[in-house]
Amino acid sequence: MDPIAFLADPMAYGFMQRGLVAALLVGVVCAVMGTFVVLKGLAFIGDAVSHAAFPGLVIAYIVGAPLYIGGAIAAVTTALAIGLVSRRGRLRFDTAVGVLFAGTFAFGVMLFSTIEGYVTDLLGYLLGNVLGIGFGDLVQVAVLGAIVLAIVLAIRKELLFATFDPLGAAASGLPVAGLEYLLLALLGVTIVVSIQAVGIIMVVAMLVTPAATAQLLVVRFGRMMATAVGLAAVSAVAGLYISFYLNLASGASIVLVETLFFALALGLGPKTGLLSRAGQPAAAATT
Amino acid sequence: MNTTATVPTATVPAATTTDAGPSVVVEGVTAGYGRRVALTDVSLTVRPGSLLAVIGPNGAGKSTLLKLIAGLIKPTAGQLTVLGGPPGSAARSVAYLPQAEAVDWEFPVTVAEVVMMGRYARLGFGRQPGPIDRERVAAALEMVGMTDAVNRQIGALSGGQRRRVFLARAIAAEPELYLLDEPVTGVDVTTQEELMDVLEAEARAGKTVIATTHDLICAAKRFHEAALINGRVVAQGSAELVLDQHLLAETYGGHVLVLPGDGGRLVIDDAHHHDDAPSGERHFHDERR
Repeated sequence: MDPIAFLADPMAYGFMQRGLVAALLVGVVCAVMGTFVVLKGLAFIGDAVSHAAFPGLVIAYIVGAPLYIGGAIAAVTTALAIGLVSRRGRLRFDTAVGVLFAGTFAFGVMLFSTIEGYVTDLLGYLLGNVLGIGFGDLVQVAVLGAIVLAIVLAIRKELLFATFDPLGAAASGLPVAGLEYLLLALLGVTIVVSIQAVGIIMVVAMLVTPAATAQLLVVRFGRMMATAVGLAAVSAVAGLYISFYLNLASGASIVLVETLFFALALGLGPKTGLLSRAGQPAAAATT
Repeated sequence: MNTTATVPTATVPAATTTDAGPSVVVEGVTAGYGRRVALTDVSLTVRPGSLLAVIGPNGAGKSTLLKLIAGLIKPTAGQLTVLGGPPGSAARSVAYLPQAEAVDWEFPVTVAEVVMMGRYARLGFGRQPGPIDRERVAAALEMVGMTDAVNRQIGALSGGQRRRVFLARAIAAEPELYLLDEPVTGVDVTTQEELMDVLEAEARAGKTVIATTHDLICAAKRFHEAALINGRVVAQGSAELVLDQHLLAETYGGHVLVLPGDGGRLVIDDAHHHDDAPSGERHFHDERR
């Protein structure tokens, strides 16, 4: 088959155009936030926040409000509550998150069961469908994604210091607690933006997998973020084409391509892979 | 017990210290984590130009004291004055070096990036480092002998090299007050000597250096002053006076063994943490003053 036609044909469809743009936006924003998620060990929190968005979506549906707003309020509130628990709590942190996570999701499921009839819209949020994104949704994803990226890039050096050495950063006068809450709030927004594309259950993969893969490949923060963004973008495009030609679920396809990259990096990468033992330079003073 | 102390001022080189006010004043401070009290009724005064070793067993509250001065935790009683204001008010002039265990060494940052972090507070939000910052970073790396390692990942360095890099970060911040948690723990002898040379030079230049340490030999040989701590201040004063066998026995509880023989060599078993409270606080006066 003609490779140009192979790539161009799917783009004749509006849903594929919108889907590609949405998948790229979500992939890039998730990869940038994911760099911090991986380095700060927030993967479980990401999973919790995405599940906690569900009751927000259901309530918004019931009262007839925009779903994004409901999801965003629930996700950001949960993210900040988790931040508060981590600073003040007496329970083990993962225990507290586990309780919050399952409780809020159960609340969403209970509310969901009170709705009469079959609600396709809401079920779509569980697994996501990037190809079902409308133009209005796409604008929302783009605007919210741009806001998240702009904030993160503007304060990246402060976020880097506070993530690497919170005590040293706080002692030098950086508002480390404030930065942490801001990061959690941005994480909440990122997750809500991504839910429609890949679903509540798989958002955490979009956050964690490209950044984790990048960490296996490079040793600098800036390069880790850039590599994660690149991997996420390639995975988004490749996943969508796979989804189109093989008629597979779009979100799952994107996540699986990302997972494949991770497996390759783990198996072959310079730090952990089969090649890592051979030809590694002895500890020299230069790199 | 708890009589008002005339804590002897250290035998600091005279030039720098006398007229300026103290850089750190700790008055009757009690602090802890949750229900656990780490420090009780601690009072200390540290003057500019001091090179002070904070000594005590594990769990004695050494790190807590540094965190209080850095403004990282708040006391439950008492008050602190740091560089003329409450802790944290002059944060830009304070460089804090965390214990090695508090840092994620797998983090993807290079030596140059770590040292540049020392400049961030001066730069302010949203501003990126410029030529002056790069100059300061290079100079700080030079001082600790790590110029050749600028592009290496922090985790690829040895323990001693990591401490050198973190000290360079502190120097790059151009602080008035250094708060160093175990700066020379787990490093080789050469590194220890070189880092102490740097700290001594900073103290001579009028900076205040407060460092916790487990290393009594280093404390005795290289620090001007010492504070013995075990949940409270057992003694503070010039290093040679305070590092006394009886005071150390009091600080370390029963875990000091005085070996027989000339002068009585001291062995401290610091492997375990014990909750035995030390007996009363003691104060020492430098007879030679």
